[in-house]
Amino acid sequence: MNEKNPTKKQQHILFILGLISFILAGIFVFRGITPSNYSYFLSRRIPRLLAMLLTGGGIAYASVIFQTITHNRILTPSVMGLDSLYLFLQTVVLFLFGSTSSWFLDPRLNFLLSLGAMAFVSIVIFPSFLKGERQNLFRLLLIGILLGTFFQSLSSFMQMVMDPNEFSIVQNRMFASFNSVNRELLLISSILVALLVLIVRRFHPSLDVMSLGRDNAVNLGVSYDYVVRSMLAIIGIFVAVSTALIGPVTFLGILVANLARELMQSYKHHMILPSAIFISIIALVGGQLFVELVLGGGIPVSLVINFVGGIYFIKILLKEGRIS
Amino acid sequence: MTNQKLMLLTVILSIGSLLVGVQNLDLQGLLALEETPVRILTLSRIPRLLSILFAGIAMSISGLIMQQLTRNRFVSPTTATTIDSAKMGFLFGLLLFPGSSLILRMVLSFLFALGGTFLFMKILRSLGTQNPIIIPLVGIMMGNVIDSVTSFFAIRFDLLQNIGSWMQGNFAMITRGRYELLFLSLPFLVLAALYANKFTIAGMGDDFAANLGLKAETIQRIGISIVAILTSLVVINVGQIPYLGLIVPNIVTMYRGDHLKNNLLTTGLLGANFLLLTDLLGRLVIHPYEIPIGLMIGVLGSVVFLVLIVRRRHPA
Repeated sequence: MNEKNPTKKQQHILFILGLISFILAGIFVFRGITPSNYSYFLSRRIPRLLAMLLTGGGIAYASVIFQTITHNRILTPSVMGLDSLYLFLQTVVLFLFGSTSSWFLDPRLNFLLSLGAMAFVSIVIFPSFLKGERQNLFRLLLIGILLGTFFQSLSSFMQMVMDPNEFSIVQNRMFASFNSVNRELLLISSILVALLVLIVRRFHPSLDVMSLGRDNAVNLGVSYDYVVRSMLAIIGIFVAVSTALIGPVTFLGILVANLARELMQSYKHHMILPSAIFISIIALVGGQLFVELVLGGGIPVSLVINFVGGIYFIKILLKEGRIS
Repeated sequence: MTNQKLMLLTVILSIGSLLVGVQNLDLQGLLALEETPVRILTLSRIPRLLSILFAGIAMSISGLIMQQLTRNRFVSPTTATTIDSAKMGFLFGLLLFPGSSLILRMVLSFLFALGGTFLFMKILRSLGTQNPIIIPLVGIMMGNVIDSVTSFFAIRFDLLQNIGSWMQGNFAMITRGRYELLFLSLPFLVLAALYANKFTIAGMGDDFAANLGLKAETIQRIGISIVAILTSLVVINVGQIPYLGLIVPNIVTMYRGDHLKNNLLTTGLLGANFLLLTDLLGRLVIHPYEIPIGLMIGVLGSVVFLVLIVRRRHPA
């Protein structure tokens, strides 16, 4: 295969993926619209679509880059518990400041504070965590999953301790879910995601080389640790944005990152990343349409995606488990 | 800690459990057999205490049996889909037979728990991997998939407001008349004690068991059935109590070695004490409110499980 330029086949696949995403988005926005109801529908659907695009893109970026810097296809930020960590940090911010001034209950402020905490944790704690454990992937994975459960239970625990009466009100107001997209954060998130995408573009060549492993990458002039640290911070922020907008979707990342690599048959991040984004959007928007049209609504898309992604994950685990 | 000391601790914690609550228990009144304190005790406090004891013993013994049968430290009702399958069975009981009795739901829950665990064991066998970590991983993932199916039906048929809190273990609802089914676990605990040695032998493999004149497969079936019954009893009456079956036997084995028959009593006692203590904490932290036991155990259990994995540099 000619690796210098994207092959015709890769371009075709990318084009088709883009087209499908576009069509699905169109159906999602314009379905059942008439001159009399368009303003209502559009005002509700466009923010939701935007949230799905941002989340889909964020998860795709975070997962692909995470797999590149950890050199494997099983780990993603979500299965390693990063989105639970974000929920936890958000709760901590509420816990520390929420009772002293209602100002901190403002979702935007909480978002920014938690975001900062997330980037900090990703830079400071994660590298050491990954370094010592690189030999045993499955152990690392189990630890990640458990950390996820731990952060989740701890968040619920703290929310309950804070205010047993208004537990569910706070929960609904502060924590997004698929059916209640957090609109206040859309603008700020769009700007953040655009900025991050621009930054990551500069790192594409380094990331491509990093697939060769640490030593080779260093030989080829990549300042490895610097790239890993910056990427971890960026991953942290991507995860924070997507979790803040529509809540955790644990198994989307693993599905998307692996499918993109399989379809593209390439190590080039400027090919893998766009296709991952499109697949992610297809999964989210298509999943939403599937839920609304076939399953009759009321079901969160994350449930469907986690079902499919979970089975796919078991498949990978069983395959890898036979080898090891 | 010896069994005697553990028993003493159980007694102390039990008394504590009886005394703590939203309603102050008037001790003098109780001694004079006044109506109010006696009713508090018999309607709410004693049922609660008994169900904690039963649930703690049943879940930790279930975990011990599974770990012996699979010879894997990280297999338990939580990580072998037993709890999730039991929940699914309970939901289908509600869906298909809306007016049904608790017994029928219990039977369905048991059947699902049995089916789920057997499926898991089958996959485990076909996997043939030596990597002990991958087995609980697959189990946890299968549990997630089962859970998403359960949530799907629950939402679809309006049986569920909030996925997170649904079926979370909770002792606050236990009153007289709402827990007696848990007494059914007694004969199965006795059965577990009788079969203890055989479970250990079955865990050594088919050939080894055959050499000693035992059919490993039969023993395994009996063991899993006991686990499924105990788990579904707890799920139906209290809700899910994760991790208990995983961490308690591990802690006991760490100090006592692997002899199942000797460990049975210790494991049961430690499980009961652990649950008693957690429940007390959950009731005291935000008194007069209380934090459901499922949540308390979720926090504490995942930490202990993490410590167990991190400590074990060279996996068993």
